Amino acid sequence: MKKPSTLKRITAALMLVLTMVLLSGCNPMVLDPKGPIGESQKDLIYISTLLCAIIIVPVLILTVIIVWRYRDKPDNKAGYAPKWEHSTKLEVIWWGIPIIIIAVLAVVTVKYTYDLEPSKAIESEKEPLTIEVTSLDWKWLFTYPEQGIATVNYLKFPEDRPIKFKLTSDAPMNSFWIPELGGQIYTMSGMAMTLYLQADEPGVYYGAGANFSGEHFGKMRFDATAISDEEFESWVQEVKGTSEILTQDGYNKLSEQSTVGEVSYSAFPEGLFDSIVMKYVTPGSSGHHHGGEEEEKEGESAEAQQQVDQNKMSMDMETNETNHENHADHQ
Amino acid sequence: MLDNIKEFASEFFVTGDPLIYGADVSIGLAMIAIITVLTYFKKWGWLWREWLTTVDHKRVGIMYIIASILMLFRGGVDALLMRTQIALPDIQFLEAEHYNQIFTTHGVIMILFMAMPLMFGLFNIVVPLQIGARDVAYPFLNSLSFWMFFFGAMLFNMSFVIGGSPDAGWLSYAPLSELSHSPGVGQDFYIWGIQISGIGSLATGINFIVTILKMRAPGMKLMQMPMFSWSVLSSCVTIIFAFPILTVTLALLFLDRYLGAHFFTLDGGGNPMMYVNLIWMWGHPEVYIVVLPAFGIFSEVVATFSKKKLFGYKSMVFAMMIISVLSFFTWLHHFFTMGSGADVNAFFAITTMLIAIPTGVKIFNWLFTMFRGRITFTTPMLWTLAFIPCFVIGGMTGVLLSVAPADFQFHNSYFLIAHFHQVLIGGVAFGYFAGLSYWWPKMFGFKLNEKLGKWAFWLWNIGFYVCFMPQYFLGLDGMTRRVSEYSWDMGWGPLNLVSTIGGFLMGIGFLFQVWQIAHSIKFMERDTTGDPWNGRTLEWSIPSPAPLYNFATLPQVKDQDDWWEDKQRKQQGLPSLKTPQPIEPIHMPKNSAIPFIKSLCWFVAGFGFVFDWLFFAIPGMIGVLICMLVRSFSYDTDYYIPVDEVKRTEAALRGTN
Repeated sequence: MKKPSTLKRITAALMLVLTMVLLSGCNPMVLDPKGPIGESQKDLIYISTLLCAIIIVPVLILTVIIVWRYRDKPDNKAGYAPKWEHSTKLEVIWWGIPIIIIAVLAVVTVKYTYDLEPSKAIESEKEPLTIEVTSLDWKWLFTYPEQGIATVNYLKFPEDRPIKFKLTSDAPMNSFWIPELGGQIYTMSGMAMTLYLQADEPGVYYGAGANFSGEHFGKMRFDATAISDEEFESWVQEVKGTSEILTQDGYNKLSEQSTVGEVSYSAFPEGLFDSIVMKYVTPGSSGHHHGGEEEEKEGESAEAQQQVDQNKMSMDMETNETNHENHADHQ
Repeated sequence: MLDNIKEFASEFFVTGDPLIYGADVSIGLAMIAIITVLTYFKKWGWLWREWLTTVDHKRVGIMYIIASILMLFRGGVDALLMRTQIALPDIQFLEAEHYNQIFTTHGVIMILFMAMPLMFGLFNIVVPLQIGARDVAYPFLNSLSFWMFFFGAMLFNMSFVIGGSPDAGWLSYAPLSELSHSPGVGQDFYIWGIQISGIGSLATGINFIVTILKMRAPGMKLMQMPMFSWSVLSSCVTIIFAFPILTVTLALLFLDRYLGAHFFTLDGGGNPMMYVNLIWMWGHPEVYIVVLPAFGIFSEVVATFSKKKLFGYKSMVFAMMIISVLSFFTWLHHFFTMGSGADVNAFFAITTMLIAIPTGVKIFNWLFTMFRGRITFTTPMLWTLAFIPCFVIGGMTGVLLSVAPADFQFHNSYFLIAHFHQVLIGGVAFGYFAGLSYWWPKMFGFKLNEKLGKWAFWLWNIGFYVCFMPQYFLGLDGMTRRVSEYSWDMGWGPLNLVSTIGGFLMGIGFLFQVWQIAHSIKFMERDTTGDPWNGRTLEWSIPSPAPLYNFATLPQVKDQDDWWEDKQRKQQGLPSLKTPQPIEPIHMPKNSAIPFIKSLCWFVAGFGFVFDWLFFAIPGMIGVLICMLVRSFSYDTDYYIPVDEVKRTEAALRGTN
């Protein structure tokens, strides 16, 4: 085949530029993780890439060889067998090899799927710190139930200690992702998801609202800063001493569509996170929700809570309804 | 009064953006130009009789292809606008709202109004010819399918200049697409544009299943059918199971928006996650619907241009059928991060990986079709050869994405974007381009210019890698999809710039394709043989372009690759296995204006529902009903082409041999 030499030159030049750009870029975040979860995920990415490479590298080489060897030119001495169309032996080989590789990969995947289940606690001597995450239009609200403080669009937590993120949404679904620490999980209204992450070293980590949730979702980026225990304590005290209080009215205003910068609050309404979750867990017409408003709500949210911990919080309404039914039984 | 009109107009028409004013002007000019040309050359009657009312599968196919090329232009411009906005950090080219509209319309148009009609166009042109039929099983329905698609697409595209485009993403996840978060009419354009064209797609699926099962030439067993027809069958089987899900899902969304139901709303007991599940139960099979026919095209092209029988025919058929079944069991891999638990994620991870097996087998079979063949590098073959490495790499990243815990790191990032563009461009687009240049001579009776075709091919191919390889790295570096801006300190600038350059290279590639078509029309290389590629299957046994009735006498099929075997026997001086058949009067369907008028009524009704104008919607629906009634009571729908006329046509067409 004749191809224009100008094209060849353009290709070569572009490939050179591309390689240079790729090599000059430093290690991408996902492949340079700073926590145990991200570390395991990176291992898994490498393992699965290698397994795939076992089959695709030979295929790519084979493609080049076959295309070159059997090109149509008058003096090509390679064999020509126009009627050869079946070989049981060969077909068994290329059904077999992918089946074996996929089987191995499936085993690896299943093992890691259970190991890296986001709601599974990270093994550590230290108690996990709980941070509640709420995605709003278009900002993140982080509440620290143990410290009683809240922040918007930035996170601080101690390094080398598991963080238990509890996530929900008071807006269309978003996704909470800190690539250097580990994979993302959706924030969904009416549900409380759990995600454990940990930073092994201090640093400022980039966080993203990864799922499209409307006009300014692109502004839902945040810094997640891992600091030492002492620094964390003094930061909490500083927030408590200097920041305003987040009231329920303040929250209602915050949850309206807008973009804001980083904000700190020295306090927030008790049970705010649970009330956001329960806001959307309506029994609807099922009629299980009756009487004793406050107490019942608390009871329900405690149950919802428990469910999350057991990782049984399901996305479908039926579970919620079962939940209410159980509750009704208690009465 | 004047103020009222002014106020209405400013709501009704999209205003305030120079891009849109530019579009307004060019749409207006294009319409004036078309009307002037048609009137000046007195072509209105011709257009109506020969095209708008035709039920001939070949013409319907050509109209599908023209429409899809226009849509490719629109979708491509959307893509380049996006790439321009994110070429470098902090560019203020498009506002967030506008950017959101553009990525939404880009996705919808490329999948539903570009890939689908291009695919249907190829179905229409090739399948009846390949299986030795005179038309599809239901020619009237076929025409209706086209016009439903066409008016659906027009309704969707109209949102660009009237009322405002949808901006909730190509799958319009609820609750973002609900009235609470998308109060404008854009989302209604989305629902009605897709609904109307979706009915057409479903009808096409049914039509081609029946055509393939019932209308094959005498003697052609299913297991002798050309591979493209097999791929169409597997794709259509997938269509008839998947598209009803889409229709129901969008109907429920419509009820939410229009009547205040609570299927997918945040409040009132609605369940937005149900929408995500439902839409992907259609959405995942949909990508196999578009890629399976591409596999079929590659199978035809690779055998023809290696001058060798397709390797592993049975394996290929089996693999395609497995893919179309498995495609219904993988939808959840689009949202592993919803946190359904390890059991569910593990199940869907494995079902997803399983698809790699039959797909891999197909790659081996294509390679071994070339092995001990004689490969010629025509444009269709080049697209096929470029497809193999591209799809292998795209397939590999697909397997990586299927590893659920790793997907937590890939999901919603540019890694994902790079993956699905690699399989959709490298698989679907390259496949359809191969098919288009392969069957072009059969459609129009002349070949496309090879030199310009090769330029287009190299620009697309190089542009593709320059555009999408950097995106894998951007994804691993935390760049999320659908963001319209990023700052300098993220360090994403250089790779994005490279990616944008690649995007424009593909854009130039598209211009070369348009030039190629224009050039080929002007300096026509007539194909007088009807078999310019030394083909293997029945479509090459008749003149190009095929006469109205396709086959003067129905072919008697004895073999797989029947036409090739026939030619081989002739070459070896062996007698033909076929006994000549006498020409008989040919039974043909009559043209009908009803599909066009009925789809137009649907368009009017859809427009009415979009704006909640019952004075449009009700007459539109009444029009639809009247069309159905008229059709139900019209008995004069067919005619016979007399033997004399067939003989005359054949003599004229074959006389030039």
